[in-house]
Amino acid sequence: MAEYVGQPVLRYDGIGHVTARTRYVDDIQLPGMLYIKVLTSPVHKGIIRHLDTSAAERMPGVAGVITAKDVPGKNAYGLIPDQPVFTPEHIRYKGERIAAVAAVDEDTAMEALEKIKLDIEEQEPVFDPFKAMEPGAPLVRPEGNVWEFNSGKTRKIRFGDVEKGFAEADVIVEGTYTTATNDHAPMEPQVSVAYIDETDRLAIYTVSQDLYFHLGMLTAIFNLPMNKIRYIGGTVGGGFGSKNDIHCDHVAGLMALKIRKPVKYRHTRREETAYTTKRGPWTFYFKDGVKKDGRIIARYVKTVHDTGGYAGMGPYVVDKNSILVAGPYAIPNVWVDGICVFTNKPPCSSMRGFGIINGTAADQLQTARVAEAIGKDPWEVHFINAWREGDLGATQFKVEAAGLIEAMKRAAELAGIELPAHLKAMSSRGR
Amino acid sequence: MKYVLSFNLNGLPVDTLVKATDTLLDVLREKLNVVSPKRGCDNGDCGACTVLVNGEPVRACLTIGLTVAGKNVQTVEGLQQDGKLHPLQRAFHEHYAAQCGFCTPGMLIAAKALLDKNPKPTREQIVEGISGNLCRCGTYVEVVEAIQAVAAGKYKE
Ligand code: FES
Ligand code: FES
Repeated sequence: MAEYVGQPVLRYDGIGHVTARTRYVDDIQLPGMLYIKVLTSPVHKGIIRHLDTSAAERMPGVAGVITAKDVPGKNAYGLIPDQPVFTPEHIRYKGERIAAVAAVDEDTAMEALEKIKLDIEEQEPVFDPFKAMEPGAPLVRPEGNVWEFNSGKTRKIRFGDVEKGFAEADVIVEGTYTTATNDHAPMEPQVSVAYIDETDRLAIYTVSQDLYFHLGMLTAIFNLPMNKIRYIGGTVGGGFGSKNDIHCDHVAGLMALKIRKPVKYRHTRREETAYTTKRGPWTFYFKDGVKKDGRIIARYVKTVHDTGGYAGMGPYVVDKNSILVAGPYAIPNVWVDGICVFTNKPPCSSMRGFGIINGTAADQLQTARVAEAIGKDPWEVHFINAWREGDLGATQFKVEAAGLIEAMKRAAELAGIELPAHLKAMSSRGR
Repeated sequence: MKYVLSFNLNGLPVDTLVKATDTLLDVLREKLNVVSPKRGCDNGDCGACTVLVNGEPVRACLTIGLTVAGKNVQTVEGLQQDGKLHPLQRAFHEHYAAQCGFCTPGMLIAAKALLDKNPKPTREQIVEGISGNLCRCGTYVEVVEAIQAVAAGKYKE
């Protein structure tokens, strides 16, 4: 151990990276490999009335076409398995997969896509999560546009008595904050290579960030036991959460199973940006009860998260956000309602922190507003309220190894900010 | 319709059959299996496909393959000499200038193009030199430090 502790250790894959010997999935070429292109929905919402792929199948250079009919197992995947690999009927976002073509090259595959006859009955979409919650809004999902948690239509955090806290407060401070949709934009776009190996297993080269998680989903889609799938991964050209969801492996695997030939399916940057999972947009409403001395004694937060047409990791993202959105403060009375809404947009899922940093952004703005309302420096409000060792969080967990005050002191030092002596004297070890 | 394209690749002559619409990136990656230039965007935005053509850094995804006929093309595959890492390769490795590594070949080529012309660049000139290369992992600070170390003579050939 001593030879490592306190010593920089060179990356085991560093030489591979600087010599370009690292093999990313798009660097893999197999003899006779065919290329896949996917027909995606041109409309945001609708019902497929007619789908005819026969002209595409007959085109020279085309090796195979697959649709929802070619899914031998469950045509659904995801942390909450609600998204079809190919939609059989209902279209919930522009870009939803309908069919895939494998051909000698991508140009030929794209030409074949144009030969597919697709008749969609277009329906009125809904994009704004607040509109989607109104009675009579177009239904993104038959069961309703608001996700049902095990606690009902909201994820609930209840701690103390917020109404009592508001009554005892000197000042009430309210604020609404929004964050936008983000794309992960890893430098390596989504890609998958699949073939039937020499022992008749389905082999897939993947960019997955979650090999075993995705392997489980793939067994259900392919209706194959795990020992019939050889899932080869580990080299990822950046993911940032985008490779927590399957984007290409299911399509490539289904095609290889059907045509028994090696295939590659890769996104262009445009497809990547338009159709893959996103960090979902949020709206946060805060109401704080504050004492003139700087203590926040009650915090009410209502959040609305737009998860797009399918759940992705949206409900889990709302869980994590709800647990942490009230901030790292010893607030005795907390009420959080987290809502997850479906709209006709690409599904939202994980991205760097599962919604936590969106909540932190809102909390930081709100806490600055609290400071302004009582005429104090924001540092003061942060220091006074920061968790100390042994404090109780809003979900009743006991704070251990608290270090926020020390981290803030260091941040101030790095930013060249001279904190007043009474803040410098504070410690996470006690109040 | 296909054409024979002949050029020098990392010091050796190559001939290959290409379509008029094939980019240099298609030629290198798909025809010749030279995969160090990466297809980050295929649109001229990211710099991951940067290679040297007659010593000038170009985006292979924006260069029509046939235009390199008779020219010298250099990629990261040609950086090592006699099995030894190029000083930039050693410096990048030791400064942790590659995280996922996907942008690294393009960064190395951009850095080489810079140092070949200007062996003692200022920090600003280095930043300018790699300004066409995106790194989504955010290794810019380490990349600049690695190039500075080479420019300061800490990694002799
Ligand atoms: S792939 Fe050429 S600039 Fe991005
Ligand atoms: S190291 Fe990952 S993109 Fe630069």
